[in-house]
Amino acid sequence: METNNIILGFVLIPFIGFLASLFFQEKKESAISWVAILTTGLQLVLVIGFTINWLIKGTPKTNIEEITLYSSNEYQFLIDFYFDKTTVTYLLVGSFITFLITRYSQYYMHLENGYKRFFNTVLFFFLGYNWTVISGNFETLFMGWEMLGISSFLLIAFYRERYLPVRNAVKVFTVYRIGDVGILAAMWASHHLWHENINFVKLSNYELVHEHLMSHSEIGIFIGISLLVAAAAKSAQIPFSSWLPRAMEGPTPSSAIFYGSLSVHFGVFLLLRTYPFWEQQMSVKILIALTGLLTAIISFFITRVQYSIKPQIAYSSITQIGIIFIEVAFGFHVLALIHFAGNAFLRTYQLLISPSTVSYMIRDQHYNFHPVENPKTNKIINTLYILSIREWNMDSFMNRKIFNPLKNIGKSLNFLSPKNVFYYFFPFYLLGLFLFFNQEYIPKDMYEYIPFTYALSGLIMVLKSFSERLHPRLAWILILFNHFSLVLAVSFNEHFEFRETLIFLSGVSVAGIIGYLSLARLKKLEPDYFDLNEYYGHISRYPVLGFVFLIAMLGLTGFPISPSFIGEDLLFSHIKENQFFLGMFTALSFIISGIALIRIYARLFLGPHPNPMQSNPLKSS
Amino acid sequence: MKKEKSNFGFDIDHVLHELHHYLPAQAPLKDFVHHNTLHAFQHHNFHDGMQKAAQIFGYQVYLTLQEYRDLFQKNKINAEILEKRIIENKGVSNLSIWKEKLLEATYDETHSQRIGRFRKIWKAKYKINLDKYVHPKLFRSVGAFLDQGISIAKFPYHDKPFLDALRSIEKNSHTSIFKSQRARNILLLEKNPLDVLLKIIVGDENYYESYLFEQQFGHPGWSGMVCAIEKKPQSLLDKRRISIKEFIIYELLIELDQLDQLYGEVWKPIGDSLPQNFENNLFKEVPKSELFEVYKIWQEAYEWTYYDQVVKGLQIKPEEKHSDQKSFQAVFCIDDRECSIRRHLEGIDPSSETFGVAGFFNVAFFFQPEQSNFNTKVCPAPMTPDILIKEEDAEKRHKKDNHFNRHTHGFFGGLIITPTLGLWSALKMGKSILFPSESPAMVSSFKHMDKYGKLTIAYKGKKSHGLQVGFTQDEMIEKTEGLLKSIGLVENFASLVYIMGHGASSVNNTYYAGYDCGACSGRAGSVNARAASILANDPQVRAGLKEKGIVIPESTWFVAALHDTTRDEADYFDEDLIPVSLKSEHLKNKTVIEKALSANAKERSRRFLMTNTRKPAKKVHEEVKKRSISLFEPRPEWNHATNTLCIVGKRENNKHLFFDRRAFLNSYDHAIDSDGSILLGILNAIAPVCGGINLEYYFSRVDNYRLGAGSKLPHNVVGLFGLSNGMDGDLRPGLPIQMVNIHDPLRLLITIEHYPDEVLRIMQINPATYEWFINNWINLVVIHPETKDAFVFGDGKFKPYSVVTNQIERVEKLEPIFESVHDNLPILEIFTN
Repeated sequence: METNNIILGFVLIPFIGFLASLFFQEKKESAISWVAILTTGLQLVLVIGFTINWLIKGTPKTNIEEITLYSSNEYQFLIDFYFDKTTVTYLLVGSFITFLITRYSQYYMHLENGYKRFFNTVLFFFLGYNWTVISGNFETLFMGWEMLGISSFLLIAFYRERYLPVRNAVKVFTVYRIGDVGILAAMWASHHLWHENINFVKLSNYELVHEHLMSHSEIGIFIGISLLVAAAAKSAQIPFSSWLPRAMEGPTPSSAIFYGSLSVHFGVFLLLRTYPFWEQQMSVKILIALTGLLTAIISFFITRVQYSIKPQIAYSSITQIGIIFIEVAFGFHVLALIHFAGNAFLRTYQLLISPSTVSYMIRDQHYNFHPVENPKTNKIINTLYILSIREWNMDSFMNRKIFNPLKNIGKSLNFLSPKNVFYYFFPFYLLGLFLFFNQEYIPKDMYEYIPFTYALSGLIMVLKSFSERLHPRLAWILILFNHFSLVLAVSFNEHFEFRETLIFLSGVSVAGIIGYLSLARLKKLEPDYFDLNEYYGHISRYPVLGFVFLIAMLGLTGFPISPSFIGEDLLFSHIKENQFFLGMFTALSFIISGIALIRIYARLFLGPHPNPMQSNPLKSS
Repeated sequence: MKKEKSNFGFDIDHVLHELHHYLPAQAPLKDFVHHNTLHAFQHHNFHDGMQKAAQIFGYQVYLTLQEYRDLFQKNKINAEILEKRIIENKGVSNLSIWKEKLLEATYDETHSQRIGRFRKIWKAKYKINLDKYVHPKLFRSVGAFLDQGISIAKFPYHDKPFLDALRSIEKNSHTSIFKSQRARNILLLEKNPLDVLLKIIVGDENYYESYLFEQQFGHPGWSGMVCAIEKKPQSLLDKRRISIKEFIIYELLIELDQLDQLYGEVWKPIGDSLPQNFENNLFKEVPKSELFEVYKIWQEAYEWTYYDQVVKGLQIKPEEKHSDQKSFQAVFCIDDRECSIRRHLEGIDPSSETFGVAGFFNVAFFFQPEQSNFNTKVCPAPMTPDILIKEEDAEKRHKKDNHFNRHTHGFFGGLIITPTLGLWSALKMGKSILFPSESPAMVSSFKHMDKYGKLTIAYKGKKSHGLQVGFTQDEMIEKTEGLLKSIGLVENFASLVYIMGHGASSVNNTYYAGYDCGACSGRAGSVNARAASILANDPQVRAGLKEKGIVIPESTWFVAALHDTTRDEADYFDEDLIPVSLKSEHLKNKTVIEKALSANAKERSRRFLMTNTRKPAKKVHEEVKKRSISLFEPRPEWNHATNTLCIVGKRENNKHLFFDRRAFLNSYDHAIDSDGSILLGILNAIAPVCGGINLEYYFSRVDNYRLGAGSKLPHNVVGLFGLSNGMDGDLRPGLPIQMVNIHDPLRLLITIEHYPDEVLRIMQINPATYEWFINNWINLVVIHPETKDAFVFGDGKFKPYSVVTNQIERVEKLEPIFESVHDNLPILEIFTN
């Protein structure tokens, strides 16, 4: 019991710290930073004490079923925590580095615009970090995972009046979101594999896993690959690597903590945590190891040509993480954990002292420099050089293969406008409702296509929203409708209860209405700068409105602050094993709607204002 | 260079020359020197130049109206002076109308700029965001090419000029830099690619100039850096050959490549797609705007509110307290950071005397540290000395830190280092954040020169790198005479004369070169101070000086020292050579200086909001020292922030005033300057140096986004020569916000103690210097040495100036003020009982 409370403390302390930090005024610099230092410091002390105790007890694996958020006869949503050597390592490294970084930032951020916002976000990240690390099942992990994603977005776009940070923040969020598909898919598949919300402690039972996988090896492989996608995205492995150097737009300490050390190692964490899932699948193991190897080799070459310090550190970190992937795949977990800790500390420190590089290296040159006469080159060296300078086209690959096709689909829907869009969707939706309540009208052989059709229509709305350039409110409404479509689609599967529908829709509806009203207000205030073609930076003039919209946006994405989050999971649990396309469409529209929403927020509220009263940063700056 | 004209008369050389002129002229980081950010407009009157810069390039050049009005409300702009400025500009009859305009009227202050129109057309008509594709490719290639040592694999063929290197790569690889064939062919085959490219992309040559301007001003940082390196290749240790022309050709190639990729080779040049009313001439006269007249008056009123007190203070005749017996004399740099330490010295030991002179102490040379491969210039940036001073028998002042080691970025290297050194980093990081201490990462002014090493001062017939090693006898005499006469120290020598260079210490500071002595090209002044002292102590030099009428008594000894302005520490050189008879006196003086340093640290700490100024000076001093070694301290010191004044005259006539570290103090005695050559030398130095510092602070403060470097907290070090935000950003010249938070944007006021007619004659001798004054980029007031009447310079002549300030506050003790006020302080009169 006592242990359980302490473990619960690991999320409570950051949570209370985060809440407390919200209550101070921007001007109260020292109060804000002390809250952060105390929070992280207390956590550090507690973690160290607990770890010693845990070591004395002989390193037991502990599972704590903490809270049941929702329960019906066949479905339970549990907040569940888990504690083992991976947890310990991540907790220790995380609280140590965050403690030092908050102390560092207390001075470093002095007089900076957004001092409070910075510490709020760091504490929120810290909450998400600890939450994820001690999570005991997929649902809990996913909640933390989402917090990490959004805090990353906010810290990359910390300098929100500039164009590049905002653009890169959206880019990184997008990659994270792709990773999230992986987790959602793994969650969905594992529902069907285990017929329950399996927790990690049960997974460590080799025989149990073995028995289940014997009969469903394709599902096992599917889960493995889904997890690999999630891990590769979060840890910047191939083909996602190019987001990491671009994420280093915030103040140096925040780059150090997020992208130098903690955030970027979550792919490794996910693999360690789910190892029992795939350790018996040789093909998955090889795939993970190959991903790591290929990443390590390619990013080694990219590192060599980086002429600026932060991208260089980013790519050398990616190289090491690639190697850690190999270690994890082959079961060298203690080594992987040591490697993780070392890499995290080293890169954090290197980033923190990166401004010193100039004086250090120039001085070094004064004493040790010898110009290279006739540098050695040949065709292979040159080719590698060009490829590496271009980051092996990974960045353009992501654009060409993923985003442009999605945008093109969206563009082909340009015939939809705010005026006519509802003429298409409303009757269609009403037809669906009618059929739902009068199922006797549905021909037998049509029945199985109906959920699929409604999910597809939801996906179309999301794609339209994603590529919408003129009407923010239309883009917003489409996402809301998408949720209704999905619910309808899944409702045709028998077990989805009305109560569950209500849970899901209540959250999104409230968020949807608040968001819509905020947009309407903004349109009234700034009619000339209200579309999705450019970044408009309205937050500089309307910070409160911007904040309200941000919260509404999070609600509509199904962020774990609204009951929709539980509904989302419920939704997935009702998609049957054989409804692969329904599952795919639901997951896709979930992911793309998140991106579409963050895009609305970023375009309207962030970036440089096109017609400022005061000086304005250049786009290229 | 051969003049290159296209067949139709478009003069590319002219355009390149103009680009050189208008682009930011900031050198690579290691050679950071303050300069007027908008020097390109210096041939205009200040306010006209401001309006042009604002409306052509979109810069913010003044505070906003709201800010001025707030200052007025808070009495930071004096009402009487405001009226005076209105009358001066608009006449008495218009006073009330203009007062209303200044205080009440609303104006549209939104920014409109001429530059940037082509990009809009690319986007609107060609549906392409060119910058998004072109900038990353362009920056990456040129960054990798120029890199001074961050990357592990060097740019292939970096020994060739930029375009040739690209051609060689393109020829010798299995892949291409480009995606389309046409760009590749133009690079490899065309003799004159610029003409061909402009023809395809722009089409109509009437638009070439404005197109190129807009293109380059889309990334002024990189373009400016290329220009700076083209002009001064020696500013890179690892030499590169690049020109703005090559850079433009490459940028055009990428643009072409991108457009071809999208549309094939059939798209129309942008010149064909311009709207009818397209205004081609970027630099066409800007129409007069009332808003800018309002700004002008506000700015003048803001400035004169402060200047007026200064003039009033300088008119006060100090009490005659002449004693010829000086306990010691100390020569400092004119730097505004030395302003307060001098006051503290004089306060603690009233019989001491201080002087101010440009901190290279009239000895200009290159310095080569022992074991170093390179020379560094240690004199004002515009000078090119032909002397080299070498360091001998010195220790190397460079320690290794494995965190900067390249192997950490390797595959196996990283694999071995990460789990081992990585864990060690945890301890190191913990220690350096919780208990900051000195580390190899820091820059210390005391390491510029080895205290115990030797310098090759005397010329012994050797040459090195085409420079003469050491000074000849005649040169030594001439330099010393120049130094002493310029500060007016030609008699009444104390037994010990300290020559104090200055430098700064910091860690994690990419702007470190800007914190050292500006008169030593951004290096510490220790070598110069030491050389100047050695010269002045040389018996033969003294004999030579005697012939010229300057008699330095045998009992006088010059001691070189270095003041670290960040840590407020001093170190002394060649102490073992001090005559035995003076040693005890030297020890006594050292304790005085030590006390003054702590008092100075305490005074400075009132600006450090996170330091408790109320503690005793010693304690505060310890905290101040920590700033120089703390990784997390973006403001180790405030450097030149708040600088506003330059006082030229005898110290005894201004030492009764408290200038709040805002003044450059230049010692000058008009009585020994019969032909004006000394004043001319001073003006030639202070106008560009102090004016440059002042205006760089001014512009970085009023438009930190575009004329400054933005916040330095997210900066990324690029190639060891520049800084950018993030990976794909433009380079950021100018000063970061962390250096200018507390700076009030006032132009420099120079005051000279002399006769107006004589000053008018002298200041016109050098047209480059005169430009600063006649165009009002610096304000000038002359104080008549006998009558103390003030004359202000304007429209090419001196006019009498009558002060508005009735009285300036007299205080006896400054310490209570330091403990309670964190803002700028007014001019105060210090009195002693």
